[in-house]
Amino acid sequence: MGRYVIRRLLQMIPVFIGATLLIFLMVNVMGDPIAGLCGDRECDPATAAQLKKEFGLDKPVWQQYLTYMGNVFTGDFGTAFNGQPVTELMATAFPVTIRLTIVAIIFEIVIGITLGVITGLHRGRPVDSGVLLLTLVVISVPTFVTGLLLQLLLGVEWGWIKPSVSSEATFGELIVPGLVLASVSLAYVTRLTRTSIAENRRSDYVRTAVAKGLPRRRVVTRHLLRNSLIPVVTFIGTDIGALMGGAIVTERIFNIHGVGFQLYQGILRQNTQTVVGFVTVLVLVFLVANLLVDLLYAVLDPRIRYA
Amino acid sequence: MRGATHAKWAACAAAAALAATACGGGGSDSGGDGGAVLSSSWGDPQNPLEPANTNEVQGGKVLDMIFRSLKKYNPETGAAEDMLAEKIETTDSQNFTITVKDGWTFSNGEKVTSKSFVTAWNYAASLKNNQKNAYFFEYIEGYAAAHPASGSQTTDVLSGLKVVNDRTFTVKLKQKFSTFPDTLGYPAYAPLPQAFFTDHANWLKKPIGNGPYTIDSYTKGSQMALKKWDGYPGDDKAENGGVTLKVYTDNNTAYTDLLAGNLDLVDDVPAAQLKNVKNDLGDRYLNTPAGIIQTLAFPFYDKKWNTTGSDKVRTGLSRAIDRKQITETIFQNTRTPATDWTSPVLGEEGGFKEGLCGDACEYDPAAAKKLIQEGGGLPGGQVKITYNADTGSHKQWVDAVCNSINNALDNDKACVGNPVGTFADFRTQIGDRKMAGPFRAGWQMDYPLIQNFLQPLYYTNASSNDGKWSNKDFDKLVDQANAETDTAKAVETFQQAEEVVRDNMAAIPLWYQNGSAGYSERLSNVKLNPFSVPVYNEIKVS
Repeated sequence: MGRYVIRRLLQMIPVFIGATLLIFLMVNVMGDPIAGLCGDRECDPATAAQLKKEFGLDKPVWQQYLTYMGNVFTGDFGTAFNGQPVTELMATAFPVTIRLTIVAIIFEIVIGITLGVITGLHRGRPVDSGVLLLTLVVISVPTFVTGLLLQLLLGVEWGWIKPSVSSEATFGELIVPGLVLASVSLAYVTRLTRTSIAENRRSDYVRTAVAKGLPRRRVVTRHLLRNSLIPVVTFIGTDIGALMGGAIVTERIFNIHGVGFQLYQGILRQNTQTVVGFVTVLVLVFLVANLLVDLLYAVLDPRIRYA
Repeated sequence: MRGATHAKWAACAAAAALAATACGGGGSDSGGDGGAVLSSSWGDPQNPLEPANTNEVQGGKVLDMIFRSLKKYNPETGAAEDMLAEKIETTDSQNFTITVKDGWTFSNGEKVTSKSFVTAWNYAASLKNNQKNAYFFEYIEGYAAAHPASGSQTTDVLSGLKVVNDRTFTVKLKQKFSTFPDTLGYPAYAPLPQAFFTDHANWLKKPIGNGPYTIDSYTKGSQMALKKWDGYPGDDKAENGGVTLKVYTDNNTAYTDLLAGNLDLVDDVPAAQLKNVKNDLGDRYLNTPAGIIQTLAFPFYDKKWNTTGSDKVRTGLSRAIDRKQITETIFQNTRTPATDWTSPVLGEEGGFKEGLCGDACEYDPAAAKKLIQEGGGLPGGQVKITYNADTGSHKQWVDAVCNSINNALDNDKACVGNPVGTFADFRTQIGDRKMAGPFRAGWQMDYPLIQNFLQPLYYTNASSNDGKWSNKDFDKLVDQANAETDTAKAVETFQQAEEVVRDNMAAIPLWYQNGSAGYSERLSNVKLNPFSVPVYNEIKVS
């Protein structure tokens, strides 16, 4: 187990370097960021040169990358164009997005798995068909449609919520955005759980458990669900990263100033430091989430061993 | 029937969740006490908030609230009126003696003196301070030494600025510039307190100025709370208790918030909502002219666009564009077809001349076709209009313009749009002179002067002459106009220069842009100034 973890951690290094390098190159290809800084007029050449020097943009790309990575290891993610250190931007953006992600994940786990278990146990019944139809609708309607609709109905027409989230972005305010963000994944979790439950319901160990006379609740939660959760956990685990990075649409609709907002602005303003910094952290989140998922397997199914 | 109970539980959970939001969402910062503070939509400023470093509307909005300069532009007429300036005297349009009014202080108590201006201007011009508006000081003598085009600077003060005494300073320009005093209302010329220089980092966190508002709190990227400054000595005191500027990523969300009663003022109504805005807001919707004109510029560095007769092609293209229809259908009349190269906010006296463009801006497909043929046809058989697709609704109007041109010329392929992903990339391509055909050009005035609509855009090698158009007659007329001491005559000479622009069709004028705003029932006396920024200090909150 220990060796497995160490090996996995070592594997992260090339992935991390590769991913950041790719992003660095991609942002650089988009053109000269200083050109966009002066608005609809050309920066005067002397100021532009001075700014380039300040942001280290006058050096060749490989040198920029090396300096950047060197700084990252000392915890310095550079400065955004508005003069704020990127770490400061992260300190304000990540907590908000993490809260949003937690809300979304909770929705996925609670509603998704519950519906999955119900439908898996009642395959072919009206409940099953109803939920299947519902998930089909949710999957096929794009997030921004659900988001805008809920915002309009709950926020403007009925006045149940505020259409936008305040700068504090408390858990309460994030419930509707979180539900919107979770909606598509939630439908997938339902379907995955349903299939997995329905398959395992006919397996020998479930029949044994039922034959032993265990109460139905115990059969479902301890035996059936635990074994059926492996694909679901894999999905949710990888979804953590996807939710954090992919919240751009939801964050825009509800005016949440999280990671999506910063990334969007970083890209529009072509601010290499912001974009690379945030993506670097997101890559780390992805890697750690994947590692945790792999480690969770052993907890769910003791037969899985790591070499 | 266990399934049924489970389903019920799930439904309850969802309902509870929604109910919780309703509780959690309400009452956080509605600011009911006193009721005098209003909230307004805002965008995250791109640059640090320094007067000489702010070149976009969002940062400018704040500077306008916390700073007062020598001059101020009248929110209705746009005329430059004395603010901190007691008098600005000159005999030769080149040497100016400026006297600062007595009794003005910064909000931290420090007196505003002639030195506050001179040190601020020196700071702005000095190359080492990276100020993006440094070029505003290029007419002042000594600029080249403090801000050389290449190499290192030899001094960090402008030799043309001299402090005479506490209230008087002199400015020497390197050339005659009769309208120079009228430019002094631009935020870049604001005075700065000592705190700016001694504790720069802290000043940036919470800028200190001398305007009707002070900054109460500033959370970068999310909101700024401005409070009325009770000690403000000017006569344009704030009529409300303060303004909370909230950053919105998407102006649609801001508009939704306004409808839900969560926000008081939106100063940028999203294009998609223009159709409903009158129904939604009635007379709480403003649509007033702003000093913004949109044009199509041409790459004159490309030989294909710089042949004899190519002016006929450009004029032909101009005549192939049905401005009226596009402004009506796409912009819902928030833009007005342009008939000159300035803006209606200048007024007749200021140099706006309706119809100066004449026939060349009138839609006439037959004439367009003829002109283009006479001019040797479209270069390469097709025009590509380049624009940035990331912001604004540029794609929509470029497609419409192309459609109009294609219809006029009976050729599906005469014109196509050429989107560029980001604004930065668009600017890079312009800077690298890579434009293959006409491209989107917009101009938002810095100050309401006809000079500002012509010189930076069409003078040889001027700062915003992106098409690199060059014409001796035009340059000569602009120089003449600048040297003119009589304002009326100067304006007239500028108009002659504008006629040169027309005869060569240096850029196709498309339309004047209006400022649009919507506000809640709590507000009254809401106006937009000629820069399309709300006149915050005059807004009354009930």
